[in-house]
Amino acid sequence: MIVLRRSDPLFPPRLRAIFDPPPALYLRGAGELELLARRAAAVIGARSCSPYGAQVARMLGRELAAAGLVVVSGLARGVDGEAHRGALEAGGVTVAVLGCGIDRDYPASNAQLSRRIEEHGLVVSEYEPGVEPAPWRFPARNRIIAGLCEAVVVVEARERSGALITADFALDEGREVFAVPGEITAGLSMGTNALLKLGATPLTSAQDVLDALGIERREAVEAVNVSPVAARILELVRDAPCGADELTADGMHAAGAISAALTELELAGLVAAADGVYRAVR
Amino acid sequence: MLARTITHALVGLDARKVEVEAHLQNGVPGLAIVGLADRACQEAKHRVRSGIASAELEWPSRRITVNLAPAGLRKEGSGFDLPIALAILAASRQLSPDSLQGHAAVGELALDGRLRPVRGALAAAEGARNAGLKRLVCAAESAAEAALAGVEPIPARHLAEVVSYLKGESDPPPVEHPTKGAPLLSHDLDLGDVRGQERARRALELAAAGGHNLLLAGPPGTGKSMLARRLPGILPPLTAEEALEVTRIYSVAGLLSPDRPLIRRRPFRMPHQSASVAAIVGGGPGPRPGEATLAHHGVLFLDELPEFQRPALEALRQPLEDGLVSIARAEGRALFPARFQLVAAMNMCPCGGRGDPAAECACSAQRLAAFREKLSRALVDRFDLVVAVPRSRAVELAAGTGEPSEAVRARVAAARERIRAGPLPRTRPASQLLDRAVERLPLSGRGRARVARVARTIAALAGVDGVGEEHIAEALAYRSPRELAS
Repeated sequence: MIVLRRSDPLFPPRLRAIFDPPPALYLRGAGELELLARRAAAVIGARSCSPYGAQVARMLGRELAAAGLVVVSGLARGVDGEAHRGALEAGGVTVAVLGCGIDRDYPASNAQLSRRIEEHGLVVSEYEPGVEPAPWRFPARNRIIAGLCEAVVVVEARERSGALITADFALDEGREVFAVPGEITAGLSMGTNALLKLGATPLTSAQDVLDALGIERREAVEAVNVSPVAARILELVRDAPCGADELTADGMHAAGAISAALTELELAGLVAAADGVYRAVR
Repeated sequence: MLARTITHALVGLDARKVEVEAHLQNGVPGLAIVGLADRACQEAKHRVRSGIASAELEWPSRRITVNLAPAGLRKEGSGFDLPIALAILAASRQLSPDSLQGHAAVGELALDGRLRPVRGALAAAEGARNAGLKRLVCAAESAAEAALAGVEPIPARHLAEVVSYLKGESDPPPVEHPTKGAPLLSHDLDLGDVRGQERARRALELAAAGGHNLLLAGPPGTGKSMLARRLPGILPPLTAEEALEVTRIYSVAGLLSPDRPLIRRRPFRMPHQSASVAAIVGGGPGPRPGEATLAHHGVLFLDELPEFQRPALEALRQPLEDGLVSIARAEGRALFPARFQLVAAMNMCPCGGRGDPAAECACSAQRLAAFREKLSRALVDRFDLVVAVPRSRAVELAAGTGEPSEAVRARVAAARERIRAGPLPRTRPASQLLDRAVERLPLSGRGRARVARVARTIAALAGVDGVGEEHIAEALAYRSPRELAS
């Protein structure tokens, strides 16, 4: 564990610039201290997110990390965890900000994720070891997430969500705020849609963040070769997420062949499945 | 004066020979039964006494001792009534002891002397055959069942009929050998009734062809149990040997129909989710078969899998692994065969909202975790095929009826034949694909073996000689998803 006082020259400059920076940061992990000063974006959102939200979070984590940004989030279940996982998938660096003592793994279910983050990234908290997680500490934690980043992306949020508090902090500090548009009837999108109404930038791809921060994408997405059946299926899945049987209903192929094609797309990283529903990843 | 009759006691599914000895001596009149007889067996005293009086025979006013040998074997049930009555009658010389030669007897007596059937008549008849006895005296309702074992049943409705037969005064009515049993196939549950659900239908066919266990996950009302009920209809019919095995189990459980005892349909058992460990795998002081054994050579269907008690589910691991259940008791061990195919259905979450585009899941993370906690890794590992059945849209329901069971059954039989014929080698690209999948997907060593097994079945159904890339790819689509893994 490392303690970084506010007076320390290595204290992240963006965090020092906010209205009420913490007196000290506690850190663990193998990452360099200077990575807190690198260009960073936060991907945050609901704990009980939808499969769609989970997938978007993971995609954003992966693509932002691949473009060289540090992905910051709160190690919570749902969107936060998926964003971390996406960044790790891309071999990128990610930072988790805790709302409890630095020696704690909260929630316990993400303890393993926390170990993986520490391999190359950092776990950060303003609380000394032994501090219990408590409801009022999480909004305070959110100001640190916002403070560490140049941009904050809210993936899914209910009407009164902690993610909106983070967005408020970000707006107060003049950081970019993005919101992922959702269905107007879905409770999980009420918060994000409200943010959009207030003037947040709608996010339709990771590129939107990179453009706003003036970052060139490092590598273009390489084209993947798939079989003709798989290519046709991919088109259908891109139109709208659907179950395997809705593709079968197209009447072109047998159920077995559809399943084989979907696996091919899954292995190529073009499609992801959750609860029997297939979604295009890009 | 002494006389003896032969009967059989059930130990699990097996019949053990029991000699019923009756001895009359001078002393205070009365009847004592010795030889580890349970409550029902002890109460035989009263039934036998009333039965003999009702048959207008004489109850000997002597001191009667009845011994059930071997004395160390626990006897339970009411099937000893008839042999006890016959032994007493022979001991008092109302019957010639010689007339009992070559006969075994089993049956319960009513107070008016009528004979009632008991469970396990088939096993008792097989026991008689193995003991070299030619005839079994039993209740008329048990006769057809006993005939299956190849002994000559002597059906009787009343104790007086038995006595008159043994005295040579009348002949028993002939018993037709029950070759015709229950109808072979049910026409009420046809796969043709299932609309849409192409993937689940395909998985059902694969399960039938390869004998794989199948888990269907999806929101309520998507036809999971409708599909599962149709699995027996696409399995090949029972062989004669299997039919007899299943019939023996049902005989011991007391579930046979008296006029058509031979079971020729594959069993389909669907225990309720409140079932206890003993109900699922069998149990009781004198162990009785449970649902797992009743599903032998058939299908055990567990609807709402996570709602079952965890111990009941864990108890299924042994039969799934070994095809039999062993129940240990102080007096010894009973082995029940339990080679069944397991089909289970479950919602994707406690509220049932997951996988349903029209509903939103309202489950908290804790509830979801508790729900999944019910299914141990070890149990989920037993399912070769896991299929998510999301709610189908109205479009599909409008689609025409599906393929009928008969057509599917023919394909299944052909595939089984091909699997039996010999191993299907895996092509090099197929092996490479499998290796790549293990790297890219969360797939354990066990998961890999499952995928390979299912791929073999897919190739066999396709009628080709080797497992190709496309077969592996399809098999991968039925792997257990991350959501269920933990």
